[in-house]
Amino acid sequence: MKNKIGVYVCHCGGNISDVIDVNKVREEAEKMGGVAIAKHTIFACADSSQKEIAEDIKNLELDGIVVASCSPKLHLLTFRSVAERAGLNPYNYVHANIREQSSWAHSDDKKGATEKAISLVRSAVERVSHSVAMDPVSISAQNVVAVVGAGVAGMKAAIELADMGSQVYLIEKSHYVGGRTSQWGKLFLPGETGKSVVENLYQEVKKRQNINLFTGAELVSKKGSVGNFEIEVKITSRGVKKDADASTIEKAIEVCPEEVSDEFNFGLTNRKALMNFHPGQFPEIAAIDAATCTKCGKCAEVSDAIDLNLEEERITLQAGSLMITTGFDPYEPEKSEFGYGDYDNVITLPQLERHLELSNGKDLVINGKKIRSMAYIYCVGSRQPNGENKYCSRYCCTSAVHSAIKVREKVPDMTVYHINRGIRTYGKQEVLYEQSSKNGDIYIQFTEDTFPEVSSNGKHTVVKVNDLLTAGKELEIEPDLVVLVTGMTPRKDDAIGDTLKLPRGRDKFYNEIHPKLRPVETTIDGVLIAGVCQGPKNITETVKSSLAASAKTYSLLKREEITLEPIMAKVDAEKCEVCDNCSAACPFGAFEFVEENGKKVAKVNESNCKGCGMCLPVCPTDAIELSGYTNSEIEEMIDALTESDY
Amino acid sequence: MANKAPKILVFSTEKISDPAIDLAGLLKMHYPPTIYSIPLRCSSSVKSRWIMHAFEQGFDGVFIAADGTDCSYGESCVDKTAAIIAQTHEMMKAKGIEPARLKMAALCSVCAEPFVKHMKSFYEALSKVPA
Repeated sequence: MKNKIGVYVCHCGGNISDVIDVNKVREEAEKMGGVAIAKHTIFACADSSQKEIAEDIKNLELDGIVVASCSPKLHLLTFRSVAERAGLNPYNYVHANIREQSSWAHSDDKKGATEKAISLVRSAVERVSHSVAMDPVSISAQNVVAVVGAGVAGMKAAIELADMGSQVYLIEKSHYVGGRTSQWGKLFLPGETGKSVVENLYQEVKKRQNINLFTGAELVSKKGSVGNFEIEVKITSRGVKKDADASTIEKAIEVCPEEVSDEFNFGLTNRKALMNFHPGQFPEIAAIDAATCTKCGKCAEVSDAIDLNLEEERITLQAGSLMITTGFDPYEPEKSEFGYGDYDNVITLPQLERHLELSNGKDLVINGKKIRSMAYIYCVGSRQPNGENKYCSRYCCTSAVHSAIKVREKVPDMTVYHINRGIRTYGKQEVLYEQSSKNGDIYIQFTEDTFPEVSSNGKHTVVKVNDLLTAGKELEIEPDLVVLVTGMTPRKDDAIGDTLKLPRGRDKFYNEIHPKLRPVETTIDGVLIAGVCQGPKNITETVKSSLAASAKTYSLLKREEITLEPIMAKVDAEKCEVCDNCSAACPFGAFEFVEENGKKVAKVNESNCKGCGMCLPVCPTDAIELSGYTNSEIEEMIDALTESDY
Repeated sequence: MANKAPKILVFSTEKISDPAIDLAGLLKMHYPPTIYSIPLRCSSSVKSRWIMHAFEQGFDGVFIAADGTDCSYGESCVDKTAAIIAQTHEMMKAKGIEPARLKMAALCSVCAEPFVKHMKSFYEALSKVPA
């Protein structure tokens, strides 16, 4: 039993103390048995607080500490390190989760949340008072990373990891790499296009022997855990040989009878089931869309390069960690949302980008009409007061302003209206706003109380808006083209999220453990996220998050050894009756039977024991205990939780 | 029971169901504050004696937030946890404790909404069960 326990109750800024009476928790903690000191702190994780805890451990010779703060998923390791630095065994520290499981969960009941926090701290004090010192164990790990998604984030991560020495499996669901960036033309900053960025990365990927690129491939199942994942990958055949003659492929595409809307051009054009690559898509080889192809055989009649055996292949790969970089879907407006689907001159910003790429010459012609005036409506599918997407998509203001500049380069006398809710061309992107303003673009601002209305007067499409910048005056505009500046949404196809059980945040994008402190890790050990699958980002920000995830992954695997918690089962030989139940229950074959003091007893082979505890409840004599989860620890915690009358 | 809020002990698991309980908090999904969790390594490591101890000490209900088929230690977790529940139900009957006070459901690491639904319905049910 410990009798010099230190308790530290965190405010977490106001995340905890706005709901929980932190000082009351501290006062109650001070009265608990074995507690030598109880303090509260604004941020327990701050450097100064960590130093203070370490000094207390040394100066007061504390034999155990409890930190009551956020989830242990976030800071368990932080405070274990504090204990270790101060000379206290890290397993003589216990974490009480009073944020996720009290102040946030019970923000509607301050008294209840405070009483619960007191009970959780009491329970943690009981646990630490029974804790024993332990040393961590190590397992071997493979320096192999499976990166899922070969867009800009995935390719950049693969290149960086390969250069640091990791083996990389780059798994792309489409038959082409590049993701959304392939679809964009000229980018800000000048001189680059989506195609050039993707091509550059693709060539770098190809140069590296330690990157295995799989296209038409999906991760469909996962077993194991950090350091030793086993993944199954389903690969769909491309249906076209690598050395195919371009002219016969053109003929084969021509005779293909199956035609569907081309998702690459956001439905502006159609494509065949046998589809050719677009500029910006790599590898530059045609591919068969197996979901659309009827295997009629007409393409194979005109080209030897076609292989209609489109059967799936399944392979198993071993990887130490997984990085998810699966990107986003652009927001698809609802029917009639700002006239979308009602009027053929109402399109989305991604569709305008494709129009600009597809149109030749100096005019912008859409649906046969030369466009001379256009109105962008901002924040469509973002910052929704009533819809699900409350977040700002970050990239769209810059992208819309940039597209207006590109349009004016093509059609200098274009009249451009930007109907916005406040322009957010942050950082270096502000120069675009300045240039657009100098170009004579007209900025009209609305609020979330007065959204613009798009209708028709019989001849023209009309946008009606109350302009905040002219004292709410109602304006009516009759533009040739309305462009809805749509935001980013999570991928509709979430098979990978379901397979890996990736946590999602309130915005439905994949969620990191902490936005500032652990921004690319998930609650699943060894599974990292990067790029827009985590939340809206522009290309620069995407690359930065990809580099962060690469560095984090490499730091995890570089020693090819991972430190695990020393949680082990232990048999009390006195109580053991050699019934064999433990051995039958153990999935890892960790039990062996040995002679001890003339008696045959069960013994745990520590190199096999994973600390799952499955053996505990099957022992008829209760002879097995799990370190850190002993009867005394669990039962004292239960007692502590029932002590309050609340 | 009529005058006092039911107390529920949740045996969660560190890798699977406890993250779901955290996620419920992150999403500000409210449930009664007299619900407490003790995270274990795996749901099939819960001992009947711990559950019985919780009842003896005054918990009105015990909920096993099981790993289900997501258990990283193996698929046998589902059957093993169910066997523990069945065995404990017998012990409860022998002690005159209503078996309905012990419940189990599989919760994945992102099952925040199902967790809150289970808690609310269990809490409501316990409010009606005679002490």
